[in-house]
Amino acid sequence: MDTTNLIFAGVGGQGVLLIAEITALTAARVGLDVKQTEVHGVSQRGGSVESHVRFGATVYSPLVLVGQADVVIGLEKLEGLRYANYLRSSPPSHPATTLHSAQDATAGVLLVNNYEIIPASVVNAIEKYPYHAIEYLRTKGVRVIDVPASQLARDLGDGRMANMILLGALTPLIDLPESAWAETLNEKLPKKYQDANLRAFEVGKEWLIANRRSPIADAGR
Amino acid sequence: MKHLMSGNEAIARGAWEAGVKFASGYPGTPSTEILENLAKYSDVDAQWSANEKVAFEEGMGAAIGGLRVLVAMKMVGLNVAADPFMVFPYAGTNGGFVVISADDPGMHSSQNEQDNRYLALMAKVPVIEPSDAQECKDFVRFGMELSERFNVPVMMRTTTRLAHHKSLVELAERTEVAQRDFTPDAKRFSVPIYRTLLRPKVEKRLADLRDYAETVPLNRVEWRSGRPGVEPAPGSIGFVTSGIAYQYVREVMPDASVFRLGMTHPLPAQKLFGYCGAHETIYVVEEGEAFIEDHLAALGIKNVAGKAIFGVIGEYSPDRIAQAIGIGFAAPIELGKDLPLLPRPPMFCIGCGHRTVFDTLRQLKVTVAGDIGCYTMGALPPYEAEHTTFCMGASIGTAFGLERAGHDRTVAVIGDSTFVHAGIPSLIDAVYNGSSITLIILDNSTTGMTGQQPHPSAGATLKGRPAPKLDLEAMVRAAGVRQVQIVDTWQRKEVVRVIRSAMAASRQGPAVVIARGPCMRLPEMKLLERGVTPFVVDEALCTKCDACFKVWCPAITRTAQGFPVIDGLECMACTVCAQVCPTDAITPMQRMNNG
Repeated sequence: MDTTNLIFAGVGGQGVLLIAEITALTAARVGLDVKQTEVHGVSQRGGSVESHVRFGATVYSPLVLVGQADVVIGLEKLEGLRYANYLRSSPPSHPATTLHSAQDATAGVLLVNNYEIIPASVVNAIEKYPYHAIEYLRTKGVRVIDVPASQLARDLGDGRMANMILLGALTPLIDLPESAWAETLNEKLPKKYQDANLRAFEVGKEWLIANRRSPIADAGR
Repeated sequence: MKHLMSGNEAIARGAWEAGVKFASGYPGTPSTEILENLAKYSDVDAQWSANEKVAFEEGMGAAIGGLRVLVAMKMVGLNVAADPFMVFPYAGTNGGFVVISADDPGMHSSQNEQDNRYLALMAKVPVIEPSDAQECKDFVRFGMELSERFNVPVMMRTTTRLAHHKSLVELAERTEVAQRDFTPDAKRFSVPIYRTLLRPKVEKRLADLRDYAETVPLNRVEWRSGRPGVEPAPGSIGFVTSGIAYQYVREVMPDASVFRLGMTHPLPAQKLFGYCGAHETIYVVEEGEAFIEDHLAALGIKNVAGKAIFGVIGEYSPDRIAQAIGIGFAAPIELGKDLPLLPRPPMFCIGCGHRTVFDTLRQLKVTVAGDIGCYTMGALPPYEAEHTTFCMGASIGTAFGLERAGHDRTVAVIGDSTFVHAGIPSLIDAVYNGSSITLIILDNSTTGMTGQQPHPSAGATLKGRPAPKLDLEAMVRAAGVRQVQIVDTWQRKEVVRVIRSAMAASRQGPAVVIARGPCMRLPEMKLLERGVTPFVVDEALCTKCDACFKVWCPAITRTAQGFPVIDGLECMACTVCAQVCPTDAITPMQRMNNG
């Protein structure tokens, strides 16, 4: 099978690395080769956090190449935007010989939480926040699915479960079996919060199935 | 079944499997998780040491005493341990000794980009470089065997991406290795006395290692084109590579010929001659400096392209390799430049009390000599109140020197862990040589930046056992400092008063302020543990003066109406925003009766 390339991005504390790890473990569970990478060290202090996950028959680099990501999962709007240039704009041939427009059904998808975490530099009017990022990316032909993940999580009782909503929403977009997801979640989620998190995962998946229009994604709604 | 492990977890596992009995280090990205994971194995005596030199020397002692030993540190940590690292090879080891040097190309969390293979070259010891997590594990065992076979300390070099990537690992059981006999022997271990006897042994061993490098299984040729002893086919290319860069080469050139070097010092000259001669063009792909490339040049191999096309600065990536050798991949989406992609730099955590110190230093407009830790962020907006930072412990010496150069409104700031690591001799010297610096020890009771590791003044060990707690105040007084004040970092006005008074007092000799505010990431600082509630803004009392925003607390944002709002799930109840509010509009949330 072709290698699946994912980038998870968000702000330190949002649970980016947890959902990236769950995805990587799920791929490993079905016997695929997997590589994951993340940069940490100081990232726990409210800075940007990213993790690349790649799985397939044989995977060499842990880093996704620019222009090769199938899905960029953004737990926050600015952080999703930051990695949009990694999205694939052509079929995953290796190396690509033909270029397709981003509207192509095989182009990569930005799956983003429609949620803003405003840096102190913006609160203090030193920098500007890209509030219109999603609309902007659509005008550029980028396939964006904006999920109200934080709102859905709050509706379930805790906004911090937005990561599990988005992970659930990711599952119909990539090719990993449902049973493998269930086993990993069972193993990886802390028992105390397991039921609530599993519910969030299901809500995310249902939301995506109910809201997408094309087989892969909804471009330019 | 294979396990998904980070490079650092795999190194820890490899040490356990290889029968390591003692392991030591000092936290530093990207090496920290090695010892944190080793601590989980009950049959390994793993510990944080006061600094890397101490860690190395303790490991050295355990190894000559007959145990297998792993010592782990980031690359600049090995600078601190360079003294024993350079001398140990003269004696040679007894039990297997592997030092992990975790280099940080790209400087994700480091002040420089040094390539420690040059330190190994200088110390005349072998360097092994794994390429994935499986090899991270397996190379530790190999390193132990190599170390014991040649009685030599071995460097295993990792880089950030290798240390922090995860890939699949096949596990093995632990091999218990019998402790080797140790006989006290000055002719072997008293290096300064018997140096002239020992010196030739270093050269003899290096020559033996050069021969061994020709057959070592870690160096692997993956022929796809070209063959030794055959005229190179026109246009044929080959890669010489090591470490994680091997994966990048395979990613962009899955069918290319590759010479993967698993041991990069000493290099296999004959094998390299054969390989390079069989291809028209050789690309050398190595993260860091032109270590392999320069060696090829010294051997007279000329058909080589390396740093000139791949560059020497920063981390490598498959994109970078593909671009340099002209391989076309899909063009990325053109996003244009008309959207603000503002950076989101790390910042002081929500509730961190040490903000008040930097706010005070900014107001006092003093020159601040900083040190290594979270508080390097004091150099960033909104404080911009840290003007020099170099390396562990440098704050005190730098402030001393600035003062000698006539800049007498200079304050040194250093964290508690960094003070124990490398600040104590500098403070003793400042007293001894009649300085009048002010030193602020930012005491958060942990090693914060690297993820809350305990240290000698934090009262616990890596294994979580209670330990005697170094009394910082007594330590400072014992150094001869007469003026010592202690302040709670969350008491904003007190912090200002104490720092001012210390600066005034320092005219009579060094003055020290111990600013106490435990790291908000320590488990005992959770709201429930402290029995406190988050703070809320009463919009009826708020005058929108914006004073609370200037705390730069990430939990405080603005509503559409311009009022501050505090995220109740994030607030750590540090009270600083309430202290700056002129109308007392910020107060603790009332507890709900139903809990």
